[in-house]
Order: sequence, then C-alpha cells, then structure tokens
Amino acid sequence: MKVLFNFFYFLAGMITGVTLIQSQAASWYRIQEMFQFGSFQLYGVILSAVVVGMIGVQLLKGKRSLEGAEIKINDKNRTWTRYIVGGTIFGLGWAIAGACPGPTMALIGAGWPGFVVLFVGMILGTWVYGLLRDVLPH
Amino acid sequence: MENILTQLWPWYIAGPILGAMVPLLLWLGNKDFGISANLRHICAMWPGKKPAFFRYDWKGQQWNLWFALGIVVGGYVSGYLYPGDPVDINPVVVERIQSWGASAPQTIVPPELFGAAALASWKVWIYLLLGGFLIGFGARYGGGCTSGHAISGLSALQLPSLVASTFFFVGGLIGAWWILPRLVVWITGGGA
Repeated sequence: MKVLFNFFYFLAGMITGVTLIQSQAASWYRIQEMFQFGSFQLYGVILSAVVVGMIGVQLLKGKRSLEGAEIKINDKNRTWTRYIVGGTIFGLGWAIAGACPGPTMALIGAGWPGFVVLFVGMILGTWVYGLLRDVLPH
Repeated sequence: MENILTQLWPWYIAGPILGAMVPLLLWLGNKDFGISANLRHICAMWPGKKPAFFRYDWKGQQWNLWFALGIVVGGYVSGYLYPGDPVDINPVVVERIQSWGASAPQTIVPPELFGAAALASWKVWIYLLLGGFLIGFGARYGGGCTSGHAISGLSALQLPSLVASTFFFVGGLIGAWWILPRLVVWITGGGA
C-alpha cells in the first residue's frame, strides 16, 4: 500500500512539475515580469490556486484521508519575527534567482545545469539555518 | 498532446491545478503541500554530525521526496522533451532586462545565467549560490516557501502565511528592482 501511495505522490508531483513549466511559473523572465508588474499571469496563478485550495480544504476538513489519517489543518505558530525576516530573505532570493524551490526542481528536470547549483545553494542555506536556529529570533 | 505541452497554459488553467494539489495531498494522506520541506529532509539524510534541526526520521517524510522527484520528472517531460514556445513577456520588461545585458527570452530562462556554458564564469556561481542560499535560509526561517505559505497556508486561512507571503513580496520587490539589475550587469558587463 505504501508503495502505491508513494506512486500517487510521485504522480501528483509530476502534474505539478508539468504545470509549473507550462504556466511559465518556472520562467525567470515571468518572475521578473511579475515583480515589475508587467502581466497578470503569475498573480492569476497564485490567486486562483488559493481559491481552489481554500474550497478543497473546507470540504475535506475533518474527513478521513485514503491512507487513514484524519484530515486536519495544523495551525502555524503565531510568532511573527520569523515570517517577517525569513519571508523577506526568501523573497530576496526568489527575485534574485528568479525561481522558487518547486520550479527549481522542474528546471533541473528540464536540463538546466544552473539550477543544480541553485539547488546546492538552497541546501547550504537550509543547513546554515539549522546551525543558527537557536540564536535567531523567531 | 504535443501542442498542450508546448503552449502557455493560462493562469485560470494552471492556478486551479496547482491549488488542487492542496486538497489532493490532504485527501490522499493528510499531507501538507510544501516543497521546501524537502531541503530539510535532504539535510536530515546526512549520516554524520548535524544540528538538532536535522535529527529526525526523514524516512517518515518520504512521500514528499517522491512528490519532489515527480516534479523533476514532470519538468523533464514538459521542459526537456517538449520545450515550449519562447516566453512571450511584456516588451517593457524585455527592454529593461536587455538594458542589464541579459538576452531577450528565447528559452524559459536566460542561458547566460543557467546554461552549461554560463557555469564557466565564477560570477555566475556566486549569483546562483547567493540566490539559492537566500531561498533555502529564508524558506526555513520563514517556515515555508511559495507552496507552503502562499498556496497551502493561505488556502488553510493561516494568518502567519499571509504575513509571510506579504514579506516574500517585499523582499521580492527589493531583490527585483534593486539587487538583481546590479548583479546581472556585474555578470554580463551591462547592456547596450
């Protein structure tokens, strides 16, 4: 069963990867266009994704998942420093690299070697956060 | 089929598909859509000494690694087997990008920053590692990336995700208007 579900998650990832490429959400140019307010495309992607996600979450809350666990929403901690500072740092990287983690994986698959280096940078950043976590204000 | 995989999917097709991943993953196994968590799982695979943040059973999060592998394969199919039409963006943006010395869009990303030949330049390595570092560090510090906060967090009406997404955008505007143009000029030597 576990193998079957892992295959389902893999398929869901594949659909996500194809969609990120085909919507050009994975395009460095589209990201720059978004931050320069040049087109509605990526705003539309995020906004319509949230609307669909929101409806789906409301319909499923409290039901049982196929794997068996009850579907529940884990509330995120309400300590604000991390969202403000961490969020800003993430945003800087998002604009500078012109990609976020999902599109980076899709573009590695698409055969762009620069995104392998970008991915290594992401792992380094994650590791350094792990080292500094106890001294950073959250 | 080929046609579908070469043309641009408009936002009202692509957005709902991506948004549907949130309930799909919940329905399959009460899983949270969040791609950058995989960066943490990869760190947790390190067998040697590691910070407490990475000491947990990453194998329990395998589903997300399968999901990430799916993204890579999806990218291979749609980006490598069927590369699409040139990205057609706002001409004002093209002009601005060209003024930094980058090329107008012919491929999904600029080859002078992400292509194999670009990696001959140490400046490109600095650019990529810096960008990646900020993304990885910021995603874990901020508790998620675009998928975890801007899509699944907002879908679940999480106020922290709204704050995080707002500041993704604040950082993004600073990066896009103030830092990136200088970095690209530094790499390419500037435009005409």
